[in-house]
Amino acid sequence: MSISVQNISKSYKNIPALQNITLEVNEGELFGLIGPDGAGKTTLFRLLTTLLLPNEGSATVANYDILKQVKEIRNAVGYMPGKFSLYQDLTISENLAFFATIFGTTIEENYDLIEDIYVQIEPFKNRKAGALSGGMKQKLALCCALIHKPKVLFLDEPTTGVDPVSRKEFWEMLKRLKQKGITILVSTPYMDEATLCDRIALIQEGKILKIDTPQGIVDAYQKTIYEVASNQMHLLIEDLKHFPSYYSVFAFGEFVHYIDLNNFFDSETLRNYLKAKGHQSIILQKTTPTIEDIFMDL
Amino acid sequence: MKIILFIIQKEFKQIFRDKSMLRLLFILPILQLLILSNAATFDVKNIRVTIVDYSNSSSSRTLIEKINANAYFTDAVFVSTTQAGIERLNSGKTDVVIEIPIPFEKQLQNETTTQIQVLINAIDGATAGVQNVYLSQIVQQFNQHILLENKHIVNNQIMPNRIETIPSFWYNSTLNYKTFMVPGILVLLITMLTLFLSSMNIVREKELGTLEQINVTPIKKYQFIIGKLFPFWVIGLVILTIGLLISKIVFNVPMLGNIVLVYFFTSIYLLLILGFGLFLSNHTETQQQAMFIAWFFIVIFILMSGLFTPIESMPKWAQNVTLFNPIRYFVEFIRMVLLKGAGLQEVLPNLGIITLFAIVVNGLAVWSYKKTN
Repeated sequence: MSISVQNISKSYKNIPALQNITLEVNEGELFGLIGPDGAGKTTLFRLLTTLLLPNEGSATVANYDILKQVKEIRNAVGYMPGKFSLYQDLTISENLAFFATIFGTTIEENYDLIEDIYVQIEPFKNRKAGALSGGMKQKLALCCALIHKPKVLFLDEPTTGVDPVSRKEFWEMLKRLKQKGITILVSTPYMDEATLCDRIALIQEGKILKIDTPQGIVDAYQKTIYEVASNQMHLLIEDLKHFPSYYSVFAFGEFVHYIDLNNFFDSETLRNYLKAKGHQSIILQKTTPTIEDIFMDL
Repeated sequence: MKIILFIIQKEFKQIFRDKSMLRLLFILPILQLLILSNAATFDVKNIRVTIVDYSNSSSSRTLIEKINANAYFTDAVFVSTTQAGIERLNSGKTDVVIEIPIPFEKQLQNETTTQIQVLINAIDGATAGVQNVYLSQIVQQFNQHILLENKHIVNNQIMPNRIETIPSFWYNSTLNYKTFMVPGILVLLITMLTLFLSSMNIVREKELGTLEQINVTPIKKYQFIIGKLFPFWVIGLVILTIGLLISKIVFNVPMLGNIVLVYFFTSIYLLLILGFGLFLSNHTETQQQAMFIAWFFIVIFILMSGLFTPIESMPKWAQNVTLFNPIRYFVEFIRMVLLKGAGLQEVLPNLGIITLFAIVVNGLAVWSYKKTN
C-alpha cells in the first residue's frame, strides 16, 4: 500500500476541512481526487506531505507514518502545490539544480526520469521561471518534484489554468510516470480528467463520497439520464423543474441533463409536456452518464 | 555543508539579479550617510536678533558690536520700541529680542550692576537654551571688558579678581558634531538595512509559496536559516566597510581604536539583528506586515538610542527601556572605540550584552520557525 489514510480529520479553528477520511492507494496507481474548490483536497495533500498535522486519525505514505517519520516521507515524496511555487527569479536550470541539491542528488543522476519532460523545456533553460508560460511552468514544477526520484508524487490541481493541449500532454506524462512505478495522487476540479485515472475518490465538503474506478462509478449508477434541448434553452430548465416527476436537471454543455424520479418513465409524456409549454424542435434522448452527472447527483 | 553553500549561492544570485534591490542596498546607505551627517546638526547657527537700544550710548554700542561680531548671530535688526520687538518675535521674524534700558551706561559707570532684558523664542527649548548660553557668554565677556577698563581708570592698576574657566574638550576637541554623529548614523543604517532585508526575506518565500516547496524537502531548519541569513550578514559587514571609509575620507572622523574590534562587535551585532528579522518573519504572513513591524521597532530603537537625545535626560522608565535597545549599545560602543580609542576591556559590557541578546533572540527565532503547522 503506497498511501493509506485512516479516519483522518482536520479542522481550522472549528471549521472542519476534512472529516473522517479513509482511503488507500496502491503502489504504482494513478489515483484521482475529484471535487470542487474548497472540498478539502489541498488540506489532504498538505497532511500527507507533512505540512500539516491532523487533529485525528493516522496515515502512512510509502509505508512511513506521517506523524513519526516526517524526514523519511520528505525524502520519498514529490509535491507540486497548486500555486506555482518555484523561484521566479531563477532560471529553469537553476531551479532544477537547486532542488536536486537540497535533496542531495544531481540532475544527471535521475535524468532518465525527467528526460521526456525536460527536453520540452530545455530550449528555454536559461529563461527565468517567472517568464515562462503556464504550461511550461507546470512542466518545470513537475521536473523539480521528480528530481529526487520520489516513490509517491502529489500533484495538487496541476492542470488548473493550463490550456487544453498542455492539459492533455500533462496527463500523458503522468501515464508514462506511472509506468515507471511511481504512485501518483492527483487532484483536479475537472470531471473529464477523472476518467484518465485508475481509481478516483469523489470528495465534497471534507467528506469522501465514493471511491472506485471511473468505469465502476459510472456502472454503479442506476438512474437514466436524458439529454434535452429545444429552441428555448433558457426556459427549458425552469419548465423541466415543474414537471411532476422531476428529480434533477442541470445544464451540460449544449444540452440540459434531466433525470426523472421514475426510472422507467415514458419520455413521450415529457415531450408532450414540453410541447404544451410551447417548446419546439425538441431533442430528447437517453445518454450515458459521466462522472460529472454522478457528481452532480451526489 | 554543501547544501548551506548552495543556498547561500542561490541567495546571492537572487540578490544580484534584482537590480533595483542592489541599488537600494549600496547607494542608499551612502547617500543617507552623506545627507544625514550634514543635516543632523545640533549647532544653533544664524540666530536672528532684534535690538531695542533705549540707552543709545557708547557702552550699549560696544555690547551690540560684540553680538554682531559673533559668528552665531546674524546682523542685528534695530527697532525703537519694545513693543515692535515683541511683534517681530510673535510673527517669527526674529529669534531673540534684546532690550537695553536708558540708564545702562550710567549704571555701569556708577553702580555695580545693570540689567538688560532678553526675550527668546523658546518653542524649541533646547535651541533656546543654547541661544541663552551664547548670549550670556557675550555679556560676560562684555562685563569683563568693562571691569578691566574701569579698574584701569580708577586704580591705575590691574586687579584681576575673578576666576576664569577655560574648558578643554576631550575626545572631540573642536566640538565637531559630525565626529559625534557620523558613527552613530552609520550604526542606524546598518541596523535598518539588515533588519528590513532579513525580516522581508523569509516572509517573501512564504508569500510566493516557495517556502511550501522548500518545506516538503528534507532540508534541515538550521541549513535553511543559515543559508538565508548569511548573505545579509556579509552585506552588513560590506556596508560597515563602506561607511567607515566614508567617515574617514569625507568626514575625517578620528579612528583611534582597533578597527578589528569594530568588525568583531559588528559581526555579533548583525547576528542579533538578523535573528530579530527572522523572528519577525516567522510571525508575519506578508512582506508588508513584516515591513510595518520592522519600522515600528526601528523608530523606537532610533529615538531611544541616545543618538539624537541623550539617554541621561530621559525619564527613568524610558532609560530602563533603552536597556533593551541594541542600537544603544552599538552607538555607545562605536563612539567609545572610534573617538576614545577604547579597547576590549572598556567595551566588554556592551559586547557581553549584545552577545547575550543575540543568543536569546536567535534561540527564540529558531524555536518559532516551524516547518509544520
